[in-house]
Amino acid sequence: MEEQEYTKAFDITIWKRLIPILKVYKGAFAGMIVFNSLTAVMDILIPLFQGYAIRAFITKDTLQGLVPFIVAYVIVLLIQFGCVTAFGRNSMFIEMNFGRDMRRDLFHHLQNLSFSYYNVTPVGFILSRVMNDTNRIAGMIAWQVPDILWALVYVGGTFLAMLLLNWKLAILVLLVVPAIAILTWKFQDKILHWNRIVRRTNSRLTGAFNEGITGAKTIKTLSTEERSTADFESLTGEMYHAAVKAERLNAVFIPMVLFASSLAVAIVLLRGGYMVLDQALEIATLSVFCTYAVGIFEPIQMTASSIAEFISLQASIERVTGLLDEVPTVIDTPAVIEKYGDAFHPKRENWEPIRGEIEFRDVTFRYPDGGENVLEHFNLKIPAGTTVAIVGETGAGKSTLVNLACRFFEPTEGQILVDGRDYRERSQLWLHSNIGYVLQNPHLFSGSIRDNIRYGRLDATEEEIMAAAKAVSADLVAAKLDQGWDSDVGEEGDRLSTGEKQLISFARAVLADPRIFVLDEATSSIDTQTEQYIQNAIDHLLRDRTSFLIAHRLSTIRKADLILVVRDGKIVERGTHLELLRKRGYYHDLYTKQFAEESAARVLGN
Amino acid sequence: METQPKLPWRDKLGLILRCLQGNIQFMIATVLCSCGGMLFHSFTPQVIGFTVDSVLDSKAPDLPAVLLNLLPVDRMRENPAGALWTAAAAVLVLELLYCILAYFGRVTMAKASEGFMRKLRNTLYAHIEHLPFAWHTAHSTGDVIQRCTSDVEVIRQFVCHNFTEVVRTLFLIVLYLTLMLQKNLAVSWVCILFMPIVGLSSGLFYRGIGSRFEAADRAEGELTACAQENFTGVRVVRAFGREAFEVERFNQKNERFSNLWIKLGNLLSVYWASGTLLTALQVMAVIIAGTVQCVSGNLTVGGFTILVTYGSGLAWPVRSLGRVLSDMSKAGVSLDRVGAILNAPEEQDDPEAQDMALQGDIVFQNVSFGYGSQKVLEDVSFTIPAGSTFAILGGTGSGKSTLVHLLDRLYDLSEGQGSITIGGTDIRKIRRKCLRRQVGLVLQEPFLFSKSIRDNIAATRPEAAKEELRSAAVAAAVDEAIADLPQGYDTVVGERGVTLSGGQKQRVAIARMLLQNTPIMVFDDSLSAVDAETDAKIRSALQDRVKGATVILISHRVNTLMQADRILVLDSGKVSDIGTHAELISRPGIYRDIYDIQMSADDRRLLEEGGEA
Repeated sequence: MEEQEYTKAFDITIWKRLIPILKVYKGAFAGMIVFNSLTAVMDILIPLFQGYAIRAFITKDTLQGLVPFIVAYVIVLLIQFGCVTAFGRNSMFIEMNFGRDMRRDLFHHLQNLSFSYYNVTPVGFILSRVMNDTNRIAGMIAWQVPDILWALVYVGGTFLAMLLLNWKLAILVLLVVPAIAILTWKFQDKILHWNRIVRRTNSRLTGAFNEGITGAKTIKTLSTEERSTADFESLTGEMYHAAVKAERLNAVFIPMVLFASSLAVAIVLLRGGYMVLDQALEIATLSVFCTYAVGIFEPIQMTASSIAEFISLQASIERVTGLLDEVPTVIDTPAVIEKYGDAFHPKRENWEPIRGEIEFRDVTFRYPDGGENVLEHFNLKIPAGTTVAIVGETGAGKSTLVNLACRFFEPTEGQILVDGRDYRERSQLWLHSNIGYVLQNPHLFSGSIRDNIRYGRLDATEEEIMAAAKAVSADLVAAKLDQGWDSDVGEEGDRLSTGEKQLISFARAVLADPRIFVLDEATSSIDTQTEQYIQNAIDHLLRDRTSFLIAHRLSTIRKADLILVVRDGKIVERGTHLELLRKRGYYHDLYTKQFAEESAARVLGN
Repeated sequence: METQPKLPWRDKLGLILRCLQGNIQFMIATVLCSCGGMLFHSFTPQVIGFTVDSVLDSKAPDLPAVLLNLLPVDRMRENPAGALWTAAAAVLVLELLYCILAYFGRVTMAKASEGFMRKLRNTLYAHIEHLPFAWHTAHSTGDVIQRCTSDVEVIRQFVCHNFTEVVRTLFLIVLYLTLMLQKNLAVSWVCILFMPIVGLSSGLFYRGIGSRFEAADRAEGELTACAQENFTGVRVVRAFGREAFEVERFNQKNERFSNLWIKLGNLLSVYWASGTLLTALQVMAVIIAGTVQCVSGNLTVGGFTILVTYGSGLAWPVRSLGRVLSDMSKAGVSLDRVGAILNAPEEQDDPEAQDMALQGDIVFQNVSFGYGSQKVLEDVSFTIPAGSTFAILGGTGSGKSTLVHLLDRLYDLSEGQGSITIGGTDIRKIRRKCLRRQVGLVLQEPFLFSKSIRDNIAATRPEAAKEELRSAAVAAAVDEAIADLPQGYDTVVGERGVTLSGGQKQRVAIARMLLQNTPIMVFDDSLSAVDAETDAKIRSALQDRVKGATVILISHRVNTLMQADRILVLDSGKVSDIGTHAELISRPGIYRDIYDIQMSADDRRLLEEGGEA
């Protein structure tokens, strides 16, 4: 998957968006400034002990005062120890809390976003914003900022010390600094650019691995192993060149900075040496000065890199705030929220009971990302308790009606009435709490079988859960597993077969006891026994509920009171099974084909 | 997680060396450059010390032999003013050499490390492509990818970075200690005594904290999984109105993850601080010992400066050595995981296997086959005459796909499992490549590559002319659909917004096979997602194109089956019946039952009444 690249110039307004979340941690930031400044000061003080040792003991040829010297030295080291510890704790505290807050806000926001967003945004994109970008922002703010802070204090302090020791020499050292800064600035852009290319190539490599593995059967049968390997090798070749190029830039840049700093050392030695010869400088001072001059350049170079990298953080901030700025397309009006509450604070006491009558009144609809109307002036009244089957080929757009009825999308024009009232007059949660949904590829959450069924009604008792499971034979799934109801179903339920997952999701729907039931039937073949359980479960669920079946099997279709036939996104036929067959139209065609498949399957015993 | 078989260290080494081939000179160059660079860099304080001590002051020069020979020591001492220029120049020359070597060191390191990666990735990929199909069905894609990406990265880190770092650090320790020992024995010993404390404390800490890192990583994994499940399951969450519950659950995991890291941070910050403290104490000890030595007249000021410089130069590398060594133990596990893939045997052709044109009848003779303990085919025998159309009817699990897998040698029959021959030659005596190139196969759920549709169709014959390509697409009844796509034949499959329906994919795959132009063609239920009209259209186009080819059709539709010259009915892995359409409907059996339901006029009426068949 390739992420969009942001190459925009520095833009302060993007950064300002962080302020409200950062404000919460004012105290910790104050701590950050204090601890880092102190650490930097200690780092400046420590080399002074060396010079002092030369001046006070070596040149005077005495050890008098060595003990107080050691004591002072140890005290400074202990203060430094304290500061570094405090700084580490503090930064980790900021990183984790700040990251946690951003993730919390994003996740909360995502629960409100509409399906129009989820339909066009791959899960990987959302996930990388919620996890990677937030981690990156929090990490940089918590660790890079203090690094930069430390470097500024350290470099500034060292200069001050150098100026105090000998201002003439200090000015000479200063001359090299702008050169390094410019060098860094120039190189960093290019280095970042190439690093980005390397990252992108790397994700293409992962994609190629994925394709080579999932497509192995096809590659074998086509006997194109050599070509596919050659393609892969040209990609690894690209990677090689990009990575070497990126590193070559680094390899030029870092030694150049190092050399610039040694230039400063040479100048100090030369000029300082003359000053010693002229008796204008003590030897010990020169010695300390050299140490400073050597020590100052690494922080400068690192700061320059840090700042450049820090600026690249803008892209992550943009991605996170971009997600936060995404507006849900299906929203409850303030008046509705006032009366019925929102998704997180429902006012259930005001909720009317639902009967389940649904009416499409003059509905025109087009998907937010599509140009064409898929429904035009569509009218349909579904009395409570009716079973509606929607049939058509894969990809024909069978879920549109369900999406509208469930208010995952709202009509572009016209209205949809539930129990005679426009559903926009009630909250989404009110409607959703009355819907049971079983997906084609049933979605389970990691956790136990019991937890997954309970998802249908969180306050259900153990007995109710068992009863719901029994009603749809989901208890058999639990019975087969080592830990019964407590067995973990794995991530997204991947330890269970599709059929088993389906039974669990039926139990979940039964427990919810919804007035409206939606079934997206599986196309994949399921063994005969499970298939029978599933058919029974469907019968159980259809009873007394308004149901939408996105159906693939004739047995399911025949159960419907009304059949809608979808082709190329539009409803082309509607009626009962017999009416549609007599028409000898598209439904007849679909039916005959399906009939042939199923009859053969039946005769063949599965 | 499954237990990972351990790779003998000899194999680990072999694997590393194999991938280092052609890059080993870069590795050596890296080590040489970085050691050489360090040598020059270590001379700088010597020159400065000499200048301060023996030029500006009047102490006896105390330089390593190399520098004594290189520098005009006597002349410098006679003329201090001029000597300063010489010293400054010497510093610059030494540092320039150091920088040049640093540049080459970095570049060769990148070449070694990237070259190693390229080789390892290529080896892995090519190996995976040549592993038997059985291996692929036995391993999950996610796990294999993880091994090819994360584990490979860990190995690279170990081989290229950790290894050179260790060599470099050891060299540095030896170099600095030699230089220090030359200056003053006592001070050097103070420094040496500190080294194991600094190194060990770091290594032990990382070892001890490992489990906490793992716990935090797991918590992050759980948090990620929780978020991912929510996003992929958004329909379920919304349909049950569980937003508040989800937020609660996410917050809990979010909180746990953050708190684990904050706790870890408390330990880490003590570790960092104690690291700083230990190294600073080491420097302090050197300073104090040096001072005492100076005052007792065993050391000069210049010598003192040099000792302090080297002493501090040693502190951090020794500390990181401890961490690196503990990191390296992780690489062993990754080597095991990657080695397991590379040790799996590739598909091997019989040494006597040869290339040949596939002509003649295809004969299945007493074929029995199963996966593990599960039997799939039992004593299946039949003949497909060359140039005929042969149909197979069978339910799920009847073994019809296995027949195809065996014919294409995705699985091989072992001794005693019967034989498959083409034109009298056992297919195990034909090279797999040669066989597969001549057997065209369209699967029920075909796999298209994320390349352009053109490249997909031309997968086996990239040189095919445009007209040929289009005529294959026309025959597969997919040309119009492709032309309707915004970028036509250049549309990349699977890119954002472009999704082909199941039927379209099947038809692209059919076009791909038609272009392959093979003497044997297999349609494994590959028109299932195509409507009846298109189905008929494709079949009539095929009849014109596949003249002379042997065609094998697998289907449930009598309409399709009855076109075949002979029909095999497969039931639970056994041949239930075989014959022409006319023969099969003339006698009772599965085929006639299906035919009756699907074709008879009576049932048409039944159909219209909507009753059960």
